[in-house]
Amino acid sequence: MVNTTHRYGMVVDTIACVGCSACVLSCRSENEVPDELSRRWVNQETRGRFPELQMKIWSESCQHCENAPCVKNCPTGASFVDDFSGTVQVDRDLCTGCKACMASCPYDARYIHPTGYVDKCTLCNHRIAGGQETACESVCPTSAIVVGDLADPGSKISTLLRVRKYEQRRTAAGTRPKFFLLV
Amino acid sequence: MQTTDLSRRHFLSIAGVGGLAATMGSTLPWQAPGDPLASQNQDLGEGKIVPTVCEMCFWKCGVHARVNNGKLVALTGNPEHPLSRGRLCPRGVGGIGALYDPDRLSEPLIRVGERGSEKFRVATWEEALDRTAEGLRKVADQYGPEALALFYHGSGSSYFKTLFKGMGCANIPAPSYAQCRGPRDVGFELTFGEGVGSPEIVDVPNARVMALIGTHLGENMHNTAVQDFTEALGKGMRLIVVDPRYSVAAGKSKHWLPIKPGTDIALILGWANIIIREGWYDTAYIARNTVGFDKFAAEVSKYTPEAVYLETGIKPEQLIATARELADAAPHALVHPGRRVTWYGNDTQRSRAIALLNGLLGNWGQPGGFYMSSSIPLKQAVNQPANPPHKDPADRPDGIYPFAGSVLANGMREATLTDNPHPVKAWMVYGTNLPQVLPDPRKTIEALKKLDFVVAVDILPTEITGWADVVLPECTYLERHDDLIAPWYREPFVALRQPVVPPMGNSKPGWWMVKELSKRLGLEEFFPWQTADELLDSRMVASGFSAKEMGDIRKKGVITRAADPLYLAAGAPLDLATPSGKIEFWSQQLEDTGFDPIPVYRRPEQPGVGEFRLLTGRSPVHTFGRTTNNARLLAQYPENEVWLNRATAVDMGIRNGDMVMLKNQDDVSAGPIRVKATERIRGDCVYMVHGFGHRGSKLSRANNNGVDDNSLTTRYKVDPIMGGTGYSVNFVTLEKVEV
Repeated sequence: MVNTTHRYGMVVDTIACVGCSACVLSCRSENEVPDELSRRWVNQETRGRFPELQMKIWSESCQHCENAPCVKNCPTGASFVDDFSGTVQVDRDLCTGCKACMASCPYDARYIHPTGYVDKCTLCNHRIAGGQETACESVCPTSAIVVGDLADPGSKISTLLRVRKYEQRRTAAGTRPKFFLLV
Repeated sequence: MQTTDLSRRHFLSIAGVGGLAATMGSTLPWQAPGDPLASQNQDLGEGKIVPTVCEMCFWKCGVHARVNNGKLVALTGNPEHPLSRGRLCPRGVGGIGALYDPDRLSEPLIRVGERGSEKFRVATWEEALDRTAEGLRKVADQYGPEALALFYHGSGSSYFKTLFKGMGCANIPAPSYAQCRGPRDVGFELTFGEGVGSPEIVDVPNARVMALIGTHLGENMHNTAVQDFTEALGKGMRLIVVDPRYSVAAGKSKHWLPIKPGTDIALILGWANIIIREGWYDTAYIARNTVGFDKFAAEVSKYTPEAVYLETGIKPEQLIATARELADAAPHALVHPGRRVTWYGNDTQRSRAIALLNGLLGNWGQPGGFYMSSSIPLKQAVNQPANPPHKDPADRPDGIYPFAGSVLANGMREATLTDNPHPVKAWMVYGTNLPQVLPDPRKTIEALKKLDFVVAVDILPTEITGWADVVLPECTYLERHDDLIAPWYREPFVALRQPVVPPMGNSKPGWWMVKELSKRLGLEEFFPWQTADELLDSRMVASGFSAKEMGDIRKKGVITRAADPLYLAAGAPLDLATPSGKIEFWSQQLEDTGFDPIPVYRRPEQPGVGEFRLLTGRSPVHTFGRTTNNARLLAQYPENEVWLNRATAVDMGIRNGDMVMLKNQDDVSAGPIRVKATERIRGDCVYMVHGFGHRGSKLSRANNNGVDDNSLTTRYKVDPIMGGTGYSVNFVTLEKVEV
């Protein structure tokens, strides 16, 4: 684990999320993501047989893992952990588009941008550095997305993780994701 | 003669980032220096924020538009606006796709081929406006102004309405009434003396229990309605969802009641019966505030849980448990009135049954029920036309639909087809794509063919523009001023729509078109201003805005004032606008007009063997058919599919992803469409998202993409009380096709 000033992560409240995609579209505008690609996506999972059904809906993205396989597997050092926020970033100038990171990501969170480099959620590092909310968090009509510093016990995200039940995605991969689903 | 090749390349070059902005200061062919169309907000700098109002749906949220070097780069929620609270739905965010849609109408057009052939030539504004004025005047001169009709939807319509009233015409229908919310508001007016409005006056954040009946919050993305909904869920509100489909809302419910379609009235009256029979209601409240309660109690006593089960398929114990949930939380329990309620043609009575159940829960004016809204009154600064001398619109001959509270778009089509009560010979259609909106599009086409003159005002080359003689290209909501917006809400506010970027191509704002038409029709007295800005200023002055408010509304996009109390004092007697002043459990008004004074359930016609009832709804990223050409929104939901119960699909040999043709009871086919085989729907109905399958050859993404559910609505049931059109009375069969 890299020691960073902060440990920014994200929770998505599955009780609130309706899967509307406002976050996906807001991210596209903010980060100039082409229409056919996405840094975020929406999941809808239905279980059971009619009429005994259960559904879980959530918006998802890069999990900004603390043991990030993409960083370990990047041959050029383009994928790295940001010293300040503790988020996983891609240095476009160093990226050769070799896709080693894409192959190693258990969350399928990365894609090749048409200009050749690998792209993914930055957790709006450019915004959170200035104290702004991420584009997805700020727009969400259901307030399902909360981004914050896991290293700060007083942050909203830390509080939510203390008082609410949560799940994480594919923890068996040993990635130590900083992405949490409130259930 | 030049036919239109509204060349996309040409349009794009105009729409290009620097192109337009860089030339704004100098002259463009359509924009002389000092042109009143020039926006006040042209700042070509980096990251300029312009507050304005969204029009991607009709909730009208406040948005912040971020403009970089003349190009709109992001739309976000305006934190100061009560309907967005800083947040925004996907359609609002995706409004950029509407602004930069390369298929947009960018030049006035005049038809050169047969009507409906979509063959046009480009015309100057001068010629197109002359033609429009001439077409309308000719009909008015020959048949009288009652032979004109204006169909409309959207904020920009206000000036067109003034123009038509000025001509002496009362035929001004919006499909948002008889094709959408009308029956709901009439049902509530007959019961509580007032409708529930838009935004609906529902106090969802404080409800402890809420029942949704066929209402798809979370798929229907009205911003603050969804904010309130999820806030309430977060606070532990228990949700009951009555829906043949396991909707997103059903996925968040404690009780999902997968009702047999068309039997809702039985269920609602069944709930009322249990609550009355068990004495789970406030007898003092009912005695003080209602009329006809004993008759109602006697009438609903036959809706026993067992009887209701036979009709609805909802088990007695589930009906009793959910009645108990509602009653235990009363008065902080809400049965949501819904929004598009035009389903079966008995929709006013169903809405009235919902209103009565709310009345039984005692939630009018109570936290978690219906709140008391307020608004800022606006005054007109200029002369308004007097009411037309012939006050009666042509939509309801012989006194039919006695409770129609607004002009019926379907009734106007009927008058056009039948010349009853008199000929209707010219239509202006503003911002509503009638062939996809009115049921049985064959009739709409027939009416369009019969008219002497058709003019359409639109942003995109939709079906209706293809049937017009003259097409007037309007700029989008992001490029224009519209009238001030001051709805009834929790807190009163006035919001301003103002241009974010200048109009693209040769498109123009509606107010400018109307101003120009008024000169040609001798109606200038009603439009004595030069610019929309000037008009809005004079309205604000006439309405008593302070200087600070006039500044703030431009800077912030909205001004708010203190709210009146949201709730009535507990125990205070109701003073309603009904004839009795009370909640009318038995309606003298309905009795007098020959309708059931208490709602009565009648078994609906059922699908035959191999048939399914066709139900429709919404995707969260689309607004009807208005957004299905928007690249940004299409990326999230590119094509509609038909939902079919999984077990039923297995029986039919149909697999998830198979393509099928849909054929309705009148042998009208549509498709092919992809099957979504899912546990999330009953086996006696199918479901699809409305707004796909356009037939407009110039809509490059929407044309023939997906399937138009409306083409299958060749049957519809008209609500005899107020004239609304029930769509969910069509049955389809599915036939697998190899692709």
